[in-house]
Amino acid sequence: MRSVTIKRKHDLYPYALLTPAVAGAVAIIFIPMLFSFVLSFMNYVLHRPQDHAFVFLDNYRRALGDGVFRIALRNTFIWIVGVIGLQVSLGFVTALFLNRRFAWRGLARALILIPWVTPSVITALMWRFMLDGNTGIINDLLVRVGILQEYVPWLAMSSTALPAVMVALMWQGFPFFAVMILAGLQAIPTELYEVADVDGAKTYQKFFRITLPLVMPVLLTTILLRTIWVANSLDIIFIMTGGGPGYSSYTLPLYSYIRAYRGLDFGYAATIAVYLTILLIALITGYVVKVLKSEDMY
Amino acid sequence: MPRHESFARRVLTLHIPVLLIVLFAVGPYVWSFITSISLPGQMMVRAGEALRYFPENPTFSNYQRLFDRIQFFSNLTDSFVVATLAMLFGLCVSLTASFSFSRFRFWGRRYLMLQFLVINMFPIVLLLIPLFVITSRLGINDTHIALVLAYGTFTIPFSTWMMTSFFNAIPKSLDEQAQIDGCNRFTAMVRIIIPIAMPGIAATGIYIFITSWNEFVFASVLTGRNVETIPLALQRMVGQHRIAWELLTAGGVISAIPVVVLFFFIQKQLISGMTAGAVKA
Repeated sequence: MRSVTIKRKHDLYPYALLTPAVAGAVAIIFIPMLFSFVLSFMNYVLHRPQDHAFVFLDNYRRALGDGVFRIALRNTFIWIVGVIGLQVSLGFVTALFLNRRFAWRGLARALILIPWVTPSVITALMWRFMLDGNTGIINDLLVRVGILQEYVPWLAMSSTALPAVMVALMWQGFPFFAVMILAGLQAIPTELYEVADVDGAKTYQKFFRITLPLVMPVLLTTILLRTIWVANSLDIIFIMTGGGPGYSSYTLPLYSYIRAYRGLDFGYAATIAVYLTILLIALITGYVVKVLKSEDMY
Repeated sequence: MPRHESFARRVLTLHIPVLLIVLFAVGPYVWSFITSISLPGQMMVRAGEALRYFPENPTFSNYQRLFDRIQFFSNLTDSFVVATLAMLFGLCVSLTASFSFSRFRFWGRRYLMLQFLVINMFPIVLLLIPLFVITSRLGINDTHIALVLAYGTFTIPFSTWMMTSFFNAIPKSLDEQAQIDGCNRFTAMVRIIIPIAMPGIAATGIYIFITSWNEFVFASVLTGRNVETIPLALQRMVGQHRIAWELLTAGGVISAIPVVVLFFFIQKQLISGMTAGAVKA
């Protein structure tokens, strides 16, 4: 089959088709990002226009000495590792089950996808409701089963607030992993397992020698994508704890958001966002390299 | 794999675990729904006492109360308007670009495609502040338009990649055939290829609708007085002195229904598009 792609020198037609999307992206993404970058070098508190001025690296230096920034930075790492760990584990287990044949598999798969489309605000509110220290059903269940002696105000204690939010995010995000890993599992040729059976391989051997290595590429790509997404997400934390109690559940995007939203300190908020971007660059680069190697771009 | 697993073994190692995972996935909805059909205070007992798991006399009065407040209806309208416009804007702006990425090989193509992928990964807070300043300067703060433009920051990259993968699935011989039959490059795209790609385009559009319907962060900063979408309205109901969980869960159930229903229409398309291409969702 010959390609219709007409190769003319200086053919402007493909570029003409690109114009709307590229112009749109430049106007609402690139220029604003540059603007943010410029703001990060400025003292720019919205309600004090007389003080707006270039301060160069002052904001960056200020962040390094800022105790809240350090807490937020530490929590960002805990947050990423915790949430991704939880999502991958549950997603993988779910995918393994859904890869087996049973009568209500289609129904189970459909129901499991529901958390994924649930609006973040509703996810946050439902979990806040269920984790409530007075009327939360999770406390109620744990007391009934005998795991807890009395109700625990999960979101009001600095030791449990962030982990509790992570559970909510695990709920919302595990279906995505399940779906992607399931697609990976279904691409494994069944003959491999048949041969392994003939050789008398044990279940765990089949898992570690066949399943895991063959799912690994999909798994890694998904982890990379979701890590970037999780690192940026702030709405669920904001609604469940607002960063509290104290600063115990602050993460970098949340800190930047609160600085901008409550304090109207746009310069400093932009600086925090740039720090977050610097942290993400390594991950994004890793992803770009993966995409460049894959078939998607030809 | 053993050919004849005993029924008991299957129940223990398959049905029960799957049931537990499904319960975990839908449990929060079930509990929210039960709360939404009970009268205020009926489920809530004093701390330390066991909860009641089902109301004595279930009622839909919370839903009634929700809609009696004229505000909630206007919240629904705001969400609908914003999500619909964001969908149309995202699709129109990206449609020809994804066709171009799929059909032509030109200088800078890979570089441009990567741009669209990467810009989706930068922190949203990086865009939030400038967009607030820009929309204020333009005098469109607190309008539907401001949100539609802001949502372009994720709808344009997302739909460009998604639709490129749908166009790639259509054989190029069709373009060739159309051109032999007398179409030029543009009419071949409009009359032949776009109609064939319609299911994929629709799935992309519905996904944009869902994400815009659900969006909270931009809405909280760019709007709030004239325009108040549902996520914002629900979040604000919490801010009041005592949280009226019965009302809040009713609002949550109402606003989640449209997106869950829409999602089931497109899940096959969406998942195939996502697992095939390297798209972020």
